[in-house]
Amino acid sequence: MSAPQQPIQSHILSVLVDNEPGILARVVGLFSGRGYNIESLTVAEVSDAAHLSRITVVTSGPANVIEQIKAQLGRLVPVHSVHDLTVEGPHIARELALIKVAGTGDKRVESLRIADIFRARAVDSTIESFVFEMTGAPEKINAFVELMKPLGLVDVSRTGVVAISRGPKAL
Amino acid sequence: MSTTAQATPAQMSGAEMLIKALIDQGVEVVFGYPGGAVLPIYDALFKQNAIRHILVRHEQGAVHAAEGYARSTGKPGVVLVTSGPGATNAVTGLTDALLDSIPVICLTGQVATHLVGTDAFQECDTTGITRPCTKHNYLVKDVADLSRVVHEAFYVATNGRPGPVVIDLPKDVQVAQGAYTGKDNVKHKTYRPQVVGDDAKIKEAVAMMAAAERPVFYTGGGIINAGPRASELLNELVKLTGFPITNTLMGLGAYPATDKQFLGMLGMHGTWEANHAMHDCDVMINIGARFDDRITGRLNAFSPGSKKIHVDIDPSSHNKTVRCDLNIVGDACKVLEQLIAAWKQGGHKPNQKALDKWWAQIDQWRARDSLKYKKDSKIIKPQLAIERLYELTKDQDTFITTEVGQHQMWAAQHYKFNKPNRWMTSGGLGTMGYGLPAAIGVQLGHPGKLVVDIAGEASILMNIQELGTAAQFRLPVKVFVLNNEYMGMVRQWQQLLHGGRYSQSYSESLPDFVKLAEAFHCTGLRVTDPADLDATIKEMIKIDGPVLVDVAVDKAENCFPMVPSGAAHNEMILADDKPKDPSNATVSEEGMALV
Repeated sequence: MSAPQQPIQSHILSVLVDNEPGILARVVGLFSGRGYNIESLTVAEVSDAAHLSRITVVTSGPANVIEQIKAQLGRLVPVHSVHDLTVEGPHIARELALIKVAGTGDKRVESLRIADIFRARAVDSTIESFVFEMTGAPEKINAFVELMKPLGLVDVSRTGVVAISRGPKAL
Repeated sequence: MSTTAQATPAQMSGAEMLIKALIDQGVEVVFGYPGGAVLPIYDALFKQNAIRHILVRHEQGAVHAAEGYARSTGKPGVVLVTSGPGATNAVTGLTDALLDSIPVICLTGQVATHLVGTDAFQECDTTGITRPCTKHNYLVKDVADLSRVVHEAFYVATNGRPGPVVIDLPKDVQVAQGAYTGKDNVKHKTYRPQVVGDDAKIKEAVAMMAAAERPVFYTGGGIINAGPRASELLNELVKLTGFPITNTLMGLGAYPATDKQFLGMLGMHGTWEANHAMHDCDVMINIGARFDDRITGRLNAFSPGSKKIHVDIDPSSHNKTVRCDLNIVGDACKVLEQLIAAWKQGGHKPNQKALDKWWAQIDQWRARDSLKYKKDSKIIKPQLAIERLYELTKDQDTFITTEVGQHQMWAAQHYKFNKPNRWMTSGGLGTMGYGLPAAIGVQLGHPGKLVVDIAGEASILMNIQELGTAAQFRLPVKVFVLNNEYMGMVRQWQQLLHGGRYSQSYSESLPDFVKLAEAFHCTGLRVTDPADLDATIKEMIKIDGPVLVDVAVDKAENCFPMVPSGAAHNEMILADDKPKDPSNATVSEEGMALV
């Protein structure tokens, strides 16, 4: 019935939108209504004067679905532009995470040592806990979180990916 | 801004501003229903004469009427309803307009801004509810934005792929004072749909067409939406190339149905020749159609050997379900102009030898006469009723609307449309109850013209209250009910797919339609004998006023050809196929899951 199986790929889409009420609902509703995946989504105003926001959405699917997602996003009236950073060339993708680890003794020392290796900063500390702040590619954060699990990982809060293209040109 | 208003722009209430903006947009008719949250607007309407308000009996009817008006005139239809239930009742119509790309502006009242979010009386989250069923929607929180939003809404509804736009208007914004901005001073920030096709792609398309041995044009509602000129250009291109052409349900009338190059409608209930030509073609030229599942049948068996060209103004229509070899984004009218120019400039000629062979093959398919049905002298066959209606109305400019179901498909098959904007039907959403309010909208756009709603007895009951609207505004719409006492299409599927178990598809206790019409101050007629059919239709046409004709038709008649769900589009069941044991499923398990 369905088309031959295509490999599922993760794509980072950078969507410039008018910062107007309901815009996020429009984008999210489009994804849920049409059955697309959202792996992460970030949104914030990027130009106060022009009332523009940038939505960075990480989505996954076969190539034809990704193509359709981009076309559907482009069709929303308040959307200015849709860029697929994954296919458009070199780009930087970063995420910020706050990671809480509780424990005492060796485990506590070990968590601090690993945090140092990952260049995570302790931004809160009690005698039995740390909150680490780190930025990096999602894979780096995943790796850090994995390492923290046996050391008393309590909570993770992540922003989701923000991304931008490399080089001098604007999107 | 108007020249007189340069110093201090005249102040007016939001409601007055709204009316002024509508007048500036050329609105002549508004379909609506009053309520608490729109009283200031109704007050402003009362004080003017430029806009006529048509009081419907249900908000769904208002939207369908606006759709009928829009589809038959090419102008956007305007709806005015109150908050809460007024808005939610409009949702079906809005979704219908979205799926069929009909430009509609729906103005909804809302509770005052300071009450929004408090579960106030008749409050609902209108913009939230209508977000997925409109092309765009607005909530106006400040009267200073009102005129801009109205003008923007008209621009958005009518440009690019048309669609419905909702403007939610809190009551305090309607009474607040502000300055009006004229429509020439409003330009949408970003929305600029691509209208002109890419030249290189046009050249490529024309080259593919010239090289084609078994070409077919497959055109849809996009041609109608692009205006009458698009139909003229389509005719020119089809004549220029000598290619066969088929239309979708939404595209009927874009090419004259009586022309010999026309193969009839394609799709689930399309003709044998249209579907076979689509399946066997080597070059498919799709202009303004969207490879709907009613057209394609099973996707992996859809026209397997063809190169496909797809012209659509909406880039999201490209490669959505069917991958095409050449996708052209643009307005159907403009792209047709470009294609014709490129064909002529390139000195292209069709491959006549191959084309002759292709036509010979098509003629063989045509000889199958797939729309034929068993004649009967005692009982009215529904197809006969449509055929006679066509014969007796074809000499005047007739507008047909339909409800949804068997009667709709028979109308599409047997009524021959030679001009665009004469056929109004709910294609994408398949909304029963569409036809009568749509006919009312058509009649308002075309006073003095014959407007007939071809209906089924089940569908018509879904918006029967609009007979009151027709009577009140002296709109002489004709409702031609093919009454088989069943939800016919449901019954047909149950017969073919579900072992003849007619679960809930028989309508017990149908009303006496003649008396029902009379109760609404309309004329009711009934016909049961084929011998009386012509006389009844003539009487219906002659009566100057709304008429409902109850046509008692064969209860067991099925609509053929039919591509069963899950089947390939060239695997059609025909009327003269041997009847199968109903318990012997004609549909695969996968097909059973499809609609």
